[in-house]
Amino acid sequence: MNQWKNFSKGFIRENPVFVLVLGMCPTLATTTSAINGLGMGLATTFVLVMSNLSISVFARFIPDKVRIPAFIVIIASFVTIVDLLMSAYFNTPGPNGEASLYDQLGIFIPLIVVNCIVLGRAEAFASKNSILSSLTDGFGIGLGFAFALTLLGAVREILGNGSIFGYSFIKGDGILVFVLAPGAFIALGYLIALINRFKKTS
Amino acid sequence: MAKKESSFLNMVLTLLVITAVASTALGFVYELTKKPKAKALYIKQTYAIKKVLPPFDNQPMDAMYKVPAPDGTDSLEFYPATENGKNVGVAVKTFSKNGYGGQIDLMVGFTPDGTINNISVLDQKETPGLGTKMTDSVFKDQFNGKDPEQFKLKVKKDGGDVDAITAATISSRAFCDAVQKAYKIYKEQGGAQ
Repeated sequence: MNQWKNFSKGFIRENPVFVLVLGMCPTLATTTSAINGLGMGLATTFVLVMSNLSISVFARFIPDKVRIPAFIVIIASFVTIVDLLMSAYFNTPGPNGEASLYDQLGIFIPLIVVNCIVLGRAEAFASKNSILSSLTDGFGIGLGFAFALTLLGAVREILGNGSIFGYSFIKGDGILVFVLAPGAFIALGYLIALINRFKKTS
Repeated sequence: MAKKESSFLNMVLTLLVITAVASTALGFVYELTKKPKAKALYIKQTYAIKKVLPPFDNQPMDAMYKVPAPDGTDSLEFYPATENGKNVGVAVKTFSKNGYGGQIDLMVGFTPDGTINNISVLDQKETPGLGTKMTDSVFKDQFNGKDPEQFKLKVKKDGGDVDAITAATISSRAFCDAVQKAYKIYKEQGGAQ
């Protein structure tokens, strides 16, 4: 398979958030700001790439009947590694004392393990394809997920808080609802509509 | 490439090998991150103490002692700070379980005469945009320089002196509750002479 196509499909054509509509739980919950979305997306990308890689290597040694438990153990290990690394290196508070990235993402880092995108790619792609294809697939889908989360986080931060990546450009409050849970649904709905429109014309 | 047959022995062996490798890798990463993790927590605490107290030159983290809360559920942590051996204040890590979204943790700095120097919010799970405004200086700075003997630590609705956050009275009450708890125990410990 063409590796570039394999990689780029994750951004628009098979974007996990906008097109496959997978992994909605972290998508809606952690995208209150652009930086949170980016952090969550990159953490998921790491897990996805590593699990895709090791599953495509080991898949032929794993008997069919125990493949799901085996995949879950592999994914859970990488998630725990990300959690430990983030608690060690992304845990210093910001200059104004705002919570560290690790504190803000909180429970959603351990919950990457139940993100259906990760197990979905392991089962549907990595266990059936070559190591190189699985690696590009992991990067493509993972970065596509990070892209979607950052975009959604940026939209919600701009509208809801009047800032982008923490730099505020208006005084006072934005449209508060966009930072709250309903705003996540509204913003995501409009983004999906836009992406569909874009896909139709191109 | 032929798939491995799903015989009982094959399945047991595969899972055994995978879990063994996974747990070894995890143990290794845990050891690796243990030190930086402890350091990050230390920096975080020191940072919170620095924010609520006047300048000091000792290590309040090492002089920490715990005092059980009045309801006995948890304990408050006291971090005494000194400069050139002179007492400049105490940072008290306090909490309230009455927040709108659960527990809130605060760090309150008291100067030796018992006035509040500054407050910083360590952890809270309040409603974004409403209760989370407790971290804004507009709300929390109204406590600075106040002596809780004269300044009643209750929202105005309850007959106190604190301006509550609009649409977040429960969060404001919890905030006052935590500060009040810290002050009460600070006084019992012999502060505020």
